[in-house]
Amino acid sequence: MSPDLLVVAPFVVPLGAAVLALGTSRSVAAQRAVSLAGTAVTLVCAGLLLAEVSYRGVIATSIGGWPAPFGIAFVADLLAAIMAVLGAIVGLAIAVYSPASVGHQQERFGYHPLLLVLVAGVEGAFLTGDLFNLYVCFEILLMASFVLLALGGQRAQLEGSIKYVTLNLLSSILFLTGTGLLYGLTGSLNMADLAVRVAALDARGPVTAVAVIFAVAFGIKAGAFPLFFWLPASYHTPPPAVAALFAGLLTKVGVYALLRVFTLIFVGDPGFTHGLILWAAVLTMISGVLGAAAQHDVRRILSFHIVSQIGYMLMGLGLFTRLALAGTVFYLVHHIVVKTNLFLVAGIMRRLRGTEELADLGGLYRERPWLAIGFLVPALSLAGIPPLSGFWAKLLLVKAGLDSREYVVVAAALAVGLLTLFSMTKIWAEAFWKAPPDPPAASDGRGEATGLDSNLAPAFATVAGLALVTVWIGLGAGPILELCSRAATQLVDPSVYITAVLGGH
Amino acid sequence: MDTWLGLAVGALYACGIYLLMRRSLVKLVVGLALLGHAANLLIFAVGRLTPGVPPIVAPGATALIEPVADPVPQALVLTAIVIGFGVQAFALVLLRRTWTRLATEDLDGLQSTDRLDEGHP
Repeated sequence: MSPDLLVVAPFVVPLGAAVLALGTSRSVAAQRAVSLAGTAVTLVCAGLLLAEVSYRGVIATSIGGWPAPFGIAFVADLLAAIMAVLGAIVGLAIAVYSPASVGHQQERFGYHPLLLVLVAGVEGAFLTGDLFNLYVCFEILLMASFVLLALGGQRAQLEGSIKYVTLNLLSSILFLTGTGLLYGLTGSLNMADLAVRVAALDARGPVTAVAVIFAVAFGIKAGAFPLFFWLPASYHTPPPAVAALFAGLLTKVGVYALLRVFTLIFVGDPGFTHGLILWAAVLTMISGVLGAAAQHDVRRILSFHIVSQIGYMLMGLGLFTRLALAGTVFYLVHHIVVKTNLFLVAGIMRRLRGTEELADLGGLYRERPWLAIGFLVPALSLAGIPPLSGFWAKLLLVKAGLDSREYVVVAAALAVGLLTLFSMTKIWAEAFWKAPPDPPAASDGRGEATGLDSNLAPAFATVAGLALVTVWIGLGAGPILELCSRAATQLVDPSVYITAVLGGH
Repeated sequence: MDTWLGLAVGALYACGIYLLMRRSLVKLVVGLALLGHAANLLIFAVGRLTPGVPPIVAPGATALIEPVADPVPQALVLTAIVIGFGVQAFALVLLRRTWTRLATEDLDGLQSTDRLDEGHP
């Protein structure tokens, strides 16, 4: 495949598959096959893209062959390619897992096309090199996520949807406002071109103001303090497969967008903008982990932990050194796999016991020892126990923090790691270790849609597969670390990115 | 003209945010619509408000002669309007579903997903 095609393939393939899935809406079996095939091919394309980018450097292409600042650019640097691979991994995992978690009814009402459209939107957001196109991709994935969240129409789903929809629309409007103002200042939308033009601007004040608008807009999407309240209010309401998809990908698209604009475009006043992000990161970590400590529902605990983990990723961006950015990229790699997996385990708990309340769970270790191990691996990794993936991610960030002499931030990061371990042991002790409550809870979900696949083997296989990926990232940290630090080098020095898009000048 | 449009945009943002703060779901949706329009008008204003100067290269010339209206923001606004239309249509359907299912349009009645004690007597 030519490099030009390869850059757009992870976006185009799932979109095409979504059309195909719409065409086969009569048969659930056919739709499942299309979902599986579509996400698998996306993963292959993203993997090839990563190999190509790793070998050849940044690849850029322009739709319709228009020269750079005028055509709509698609750009794959190492960060974008790594994220594209992760997005495809999560997409494939969810496609395998869905039959055990989403009812036939929902599957008939367009679950599979929406899943594929969401994956397409996420991949498009990672690979686009144009600010307005990023907005469009955000809207594509948001629209799909709105419907996926509300599909089924349970009371809690509707309530969660309203909060989710409102805050995400507000964030989109802020993003659009920022884009408009930035276009007014510079006359460009191409991100590489913007980097050049913003650097040449004299008016620092307006640029910083626009930078803060972008920080707020993407901060809402990423779930950063103090704008995260929509997340724990909505992520525990949809079917577990949908929640896992959101948990793995959506907030991380926000983090990616922050990383992109605050390493490429708004780098003129890092003392203010990146300092702001750093303190938001600290407060995000702390408020997320404290919120989790108060919860008694597995998925709610995990939702609050997404917030606290987002803090770690922003911490790397706030420190803004090469090592810190490498830590953030590694954290993204680690976190997307681990978080998706934990939500999938919560989904299996719900299938087995019909509840996610810690008080009503218990005895799962005796009944399903392998599920317990499938939980333990990502949970310990999330808390940062060596040699799992989370340990290396945290190690990098702490090292970067010490190098920058931000001791308060480092202390907060370490304390939050400890509290994360506390939350994970809480789930472990309550759900897996203690004796099951008397009388045991009914094995049927609380009024959940019927028509779930009784065969749980694919669900267990997904959990096992993702747990193996976590172990592999932890044990083979060397090469992945090397890849992440190369990605960070490209972020610190955007001239490679700019040259790849704009050509020689 | 620029001043008036600027004031109109500011007023739209203010009204939109005010409506978002209200407890009523209907006002929430109207607020989101107003905010969308505010952003669209803002981008439209960015493209320069110059009547009667379309961005067409004059016969014999090789480049545009300033001042001209910038067509890019207008294309952006068109896209944003279409997206906003779809999103607001979805928000209205969600509002209706919530009304039929929960029989309330007061946001204070939608707190069960935020409470700790849900399902815990």
